[in-house]
Amino acid sequence: MRSSLPGTLTAAFIIAGKDLRSELRRRTALVSAIVFAALILAIFNFARDPTSLRADQLAPSAFWITCAFAAVTALSRAFAVELEHGALDGLLLAPVPREALFLGKFLGNLVFVLVVEGITLPLFVLFFNVSLNGALPGIMLVAVLATIGFVAVGTVFSALTARVRFNELMLPVLLLPFMLPPLAGAAQVTAALLNGRPLLESAGWLRLLLVYDITFVTLSLLVFPALFDE
Amino acid sequence: MADTNLARNSPILLQAKGLRRSFGERVVLDGVDLSLAEGETIAVTGPNGVGKTTLLRILAGLLRPSSGEVLLDGVPVRTADPASRAAIGLLSHRAMLYDDLTLQENLEFAARLHGLPDPRRVARDALDQVELLSRSADSPRTLSRGLIQRAALARALLHAPRLLLLDEPFTGLDSAAAERLKSLLAARRPAGLGTIIVTHQMHEARDIATRVLALQSGAIGSAAA
Repeated sequence: MRSSLPGTLTAAFIIAGKDLRSELRRRTALVSAIVFAALILAIFNFARDPTSLRADQLAPSAFWITCAFAAVTALSRAFAVELEHGALDGLLLAPVPREALFLGKFLGNLVFVLVVEGITLPLFVLFFNVSLNGALPGIMLVAVLATIGFVAVGTVFSALTARVRFNELMLPVLLLPFMLPPLAGAAQVTAALLNGRPLLESAGWLRLLLVYDITFVTLSLLVFPALFDE
Repeated sequence: MADTNLARNSPILLQAKGLRRSFGERVVLDGVDLSLAEGETIAVTGPNGVGKTTLLRILAGLLRPSSGEVLLDGVPVRTADPASRAAIGLLSHRAMLYDDLTLQENLEFAARLHGLPDPRRVARDALDQVELLSRSADSPRTLSRGLIQRAALARALLHAPRLLLLDEPFTGLDSAAAERLKSLLAARRPAGLGTIIVTHQMHEARDIATRVLALQSGAIGSAAA
């Protein structure tokens, strides 16, 4: 059946594919995350006093705060769709390990948040008038590294809070503290790259992001099955 | 009542021993013992809130009993290998379908998760069995309550489970659809399908049940004729 590693990965891709297909059709989470991101960027831009704070000083933090809140908007939907008609029971009854369920939801969320970040990046360039000359590959790498970690934690918290009252409030309260390390790292690397510094200069932050990813993906895999042990 | 000869002397498929489940202070199930043989159909009746759905969720392995155990083919359901869940089909209060997918896509998704070969054909066959093939491209949100119930039944049956757990399966079905459901279940009985039906509609369940049990005050007993 699907207990082996290839079987687990196959099941994970099936679940992720279903989520992405649903989202492509529904588009509400994607559109609301992008609109939300654009609004935050606009607020940051227009609230800044250009005589006291240069755009490039604020830009990295603004970009990552925007991505963080857009990601929370997306993650809050991740398990809500499974509860609409009790579909979660169907997943739990399927002959696949709970780890496959985690990996599937994680992969779906990861692709979704990376797409939102990819759409937010040109908006960010537009609003803050920053140049990505030579910085784009580095920013893409740091985006992937930072996003893996907080999406893993976010997937667990999304499952944890889905059946809780006021879950829209609970998810950011639980998740945002865990997002601080990857966001701080990502903002630091982005600032260095936008200032024309080489990526290798930020190797320490990149290592931190990598360790965070390995730690929290592993922990999430271990913790996730217990969430459904009612 | 259905013919009981088929189930007599058949191997035990499912066994529940001393099931107890409480939610906080409230004890819902208090020592439920139950056994189901291959090819047998048991109807469980009882008033609202007596714990019928809780019992079904425990039997499906979706809910942990406070004490006691459920054995499927002699193996505890909760600790069994995920593969053993392939033997269970559940029709619950909710359809377990996604509104953003068509019926065909919903069933294909379930078939893929079960690792069935040719999921597209399996999904079509399952929809055909409940006479929903003409609606295969429709979203569940466009269907009536009765049609959703039929789609949910197709989902529960598509992987040919050996144990079928049905929670109020006749809800929303017209008399023709209820008859079709009964003949669908009867047709699978000789192959060893064991079925537990939780229902208020005893007149429907009596036609197909080999035994009728009553759940009352947390325990199970034979229902009055």
